[in-house]
Amino acid sequence: MRIAPFLASATLSIALVVALDRPLGKIPPLGKFLSPQYGFWQNAEPIGMDYGGTLQLKGLKGDATVYFDDRLVPHVFAENEEDLYFIQGYLHARFRLFQIDLQTRAAAGRASELAGSKAINFDREQRRLGMVFAAENALKEMEEDPLSKTIFDSYTAGVNSYIDQLTEAALPIEYKLMHVTPERWTNLKSALLLKMMAKMLSAGTENDLANTNAKSIFMPEELSTLYPQVPDSLLPIVPNGTLYPKPGVIPAKPAIADSLYLNNKQTVAAQIIDRPDPGNGSNNWVVAGSKTKSGAPILANDPHLELSLPSIWFEIQLKSTSSNAYGVSLPGCPFVVIGFNDSIAWGVTNSQRDVKDYYEIKFKDDSKKEYWFAGKWVPSKLRVEEIKVKDSLSVFDTVAYTIFGPVQFDKQFSTGASANRNLAVRWAAHDPSNEGMTFYKLNRAHNYADYEEAIRTFTCPGQNFIFASRTGDIAIWQQGKFPVRWDKQGLYVMPGEDSSFLWQGYIPQQENPHSLNPERGYLQSANQRAADSTYPYFIPGSYITARGIRIDKKLASMSGITPADMMALHYDYFNTSAEDLRPVLLKNIIESQLNAKELSYLQQFKNWDLYATPNSIGQTIFQCFWDSVQFSIWSDEVNRTSPAATWPTEQTTLELLLKDTALVYADDITTPQKETLSITVTTAFKKAAANLQQKEAEGKLVWSKFMNPSIYHLLKDALPAFARKGLTVGGYGNIVNAIKHSHGPSWRMIVHLVDGIEAYGVFPGGQSGNPGSRFYDNNVSVWEKGEYNKCWLMRDNDKGDARIKWTLQVKKS
Amino acid sequence: MKFSLSIIATLLGGIGISLISGVPWWGFVCVSFLVALVIHQVPSRSFAAGFLGMFLAWGGLAWWIDWQNASILSKQIASIFPLQGSSAALLMLTSIIGGLLGGVTAITGSYLRMSKNKS
Repeated sequence: MRIAPFLASATLSIALVVALDRPLGKIPPLGKFLSPQYGFWQNAEPIGMDYGGTLQLKGLKGDATVYFDDRLVPHVFAENEEDLYFIQGYLHARFRLFQIDLQTRAAAGRASELAGSKAINFDREQRRLGMVFAAENALKEMEEDPLSKTIFDSYTAGVNSYIDQLTEAALPIEYKLMHVTPERWTNLKSALLLKMMAKMLSAGTENDLANTNAKSIFMPEELSTLYPQVPDSLLPIVPNGTLYPKPGVIPAKPAIADSLYLNNKQTVAAQIIDRPDPGNGSNNWVVAGSKTKSGAPILANDPHLELSLPSIWFEIQLKSTSSNAYGVSLPGCPFVVIGFNDSIAWGVTNSQRDVKDYYEIKFKDDSKKEYWFAGKWVPSKLRVEEIKVKDSLSVFDTVAYTIFGPVQFDKQFSTGASANRNLAVRWAAHDPSNEGMTFYKLNRAHNYADYEEAIRTFTCPGQNFIFASRTGDIAIWQQGKFPVRWDKQGLYVMPGEDSSFLWQGYIPQQENPHSLNPERGYLQSANQRAADSTYPYFIPGSYITARGIRIDKKLASMSGITPADMMALHYDYFNTSAEDLRPVLLKNIIESQLNAKELSYLQQFKNWDLYATPNSIGQTIFQCFWDSVQFSIWSDEVNRTSPAATWPTEQTTLELLLKDTALVYADDITTPQKETLSITVTTAFKKAAANLQQKEAEGKLVWSKFMNPSIYHLLKDALPAFARKGLTVGGYGNIVNAIKHSHGPSWRMIVHLVDGIEAYGVFPGGQSGNPGSRFYDNNVSVWEKGEYNKCWLMRDNDKGDARIKWTLQVKKS
Repeated sequence: MKFSLSIIATLLGGIGISLISGVPWWGFVCVSFLVALVIHQVPSRSFAAGFLGMFLAWGGLAWWIDWQNASILSKQIASIFPLQGSSAALLMLTSIIGGLLGGVTAITGSYLRMSKNKS
């Protein structure tokens, strides 16, 4: 009798369970997600959570102890190196599993597995850039050296020891939201992570495609004017006046270079989809004891990267019998990457050097099986790429590998409408290398010789390694494996029909720009060109000049320096470009053509103190005005091709304006009349004023409101709730405190090399990647205020110190 | 008496079952089903007991977690959902989902028992 209602309610029950167990579009499986025992509630860590205790891990050789301080920085004390990196791997996974999984999948062109079909083109480009190919080449090198293999194996085992014991309830929240599962770690993934960094820092520092279009519209002398190699106002990394030895390698320019290459006016339609921000720059500097109050050197570093939650950095101390290093590590990779030990400190900035070139390939037919090289058809290596797509069918792509490298652009993959040129990419990151071991050695370096030996093999991305030791040495090396180029080689797409345009060799490592203990007592790098025009090699790149000028001038004028002075310089808001530009802009503005509102903006600009502070209105007016001027001068020129030719840099435009107020490019070539610079500047100001007025109406006239400094979660707009927006900070890319919307100082570190080491650091995030932890974003406000945490290099006899908040005993099982 | 007993049994069983490893997230519905089967009541009372038991089990657990977490996470999740960042609304939604599943499975148990009795 009750069978019908029983069946009905049973069906309803089952249907409800099934419905709540399934994702619905972007909505996660509701029942599972809301379950207090399995779902997101399990990620809500108690405020008073105990991170200590005892942990049994299979694969450890001995016992170890992890001491967490009150910011959840682990101080790992291990008996041997294998265990040290095993535990580092475990901790990276424990606190940053989703991050390392996402980043390495994205690096490998597997983002679609997590994000679905919208990431297919991104993935195809990653594959076609040869990211996996690069990582495989690196892996071979990493595993060839027994020491390096042991370390990476231990690290991988540590990551997996965490992953293997994960329960569904303990999965990081992103997996629950996206309804996906983590993947076990491999050494290849660590290699992929390093290639992600290589792409971030050395794949966006060239403009070959847009330069090729520029070459099609400008005469050679115009190209030299618009895209100069050495800015007039450059204050290089290696102090001006340094003598360079005769070059060890002199490249031969092919006889056909002029006719086939430099005078070739063909444009390219191809465009890079995921171009790394060329503003991925950084500052570092060091002052010798002669300039400090204590007499000991002080080293400072702030790498500028896309800011994210969780942060790209994870703070850690790694101590074993053979080493004791403190600093920030890159989750996904062993070692401390930027930091210090008892004897030395080091930091890095990006070299901005161009180490990526494009070659035009002629295929025999659409199968891409053969290409024309040195007078005959030669076979290419075809790599079939399967891109798995969440909730959809796999996409397949075939990438042809040539002697130059993978063919990134061809008929099957082109973003321009009429893109039909096949372009192979030659990128230094494809070459076998083992960057990790540089950090292994730096972690253990005691002096300048150790540091020099550690960085020698670092290949790509080229970095400016700054150094200071407790014995008083200061130094910097621009280190990387840089191709020797003949004049203008690799600025544009090169012919790929034979070997004549191939790289002919590399700059001998000893000839890389460097400086040790200069008389002036300081060294600095801020992504500018490393050397003045007397450096005997052709070294193109995407250099940024302004920050170096400010830092150099400040350091030159300072004496009796303390760590607090260096903190102030990290947070410096002075706009040196505006200082140069304001007179020339004001001289050219025709005030009689401005209305009352425009005049009031102009007045504020005139009265501005030149500091890009969060509350500055002058900075907002300047930036809108200057962007508008640059747009008015160049947009008509660069848009003569599609896609646009390379925009002259801000520094170039600034220097052109200072030199030549009759600048011909001021004329808008799309109008019949001739615009003078004054007309262009005035019109640009009026346009900027209209924009400013709108911003003012929205209450966004002050700089921090205008710029809206924000730190997004790794999944960006998909998870705005996990972001921290509207921070009260100023700065800009050309300013020492280089904060731009969601980009900026990703770690600020100051190390004073006194006995016992005095160090400070902060990154805008927290140690935990879990948005449900109080350690997810606890350092954001510290960073925002320009404050620092004290970095504690814990020692053996500190084991009873009150700064230890939790103790985790790790035992082998 | 039966009613209160059912609620308590459902509540405790609903919390306890997740401690057994390998049980899927929906394992608790077996508890509400069995409770209704064993402690026989008319379907409407079974539903109410199952609903309240699981409502309290899920709501209570979630509340306890949220309280210890100072609502750090629930505020963020409540703005994804979107519940205007209200932790209370998210707690209520959690409780209702738990209650609903508890209720429908309890009523199923109750009907099964009745059908047995009458045949």
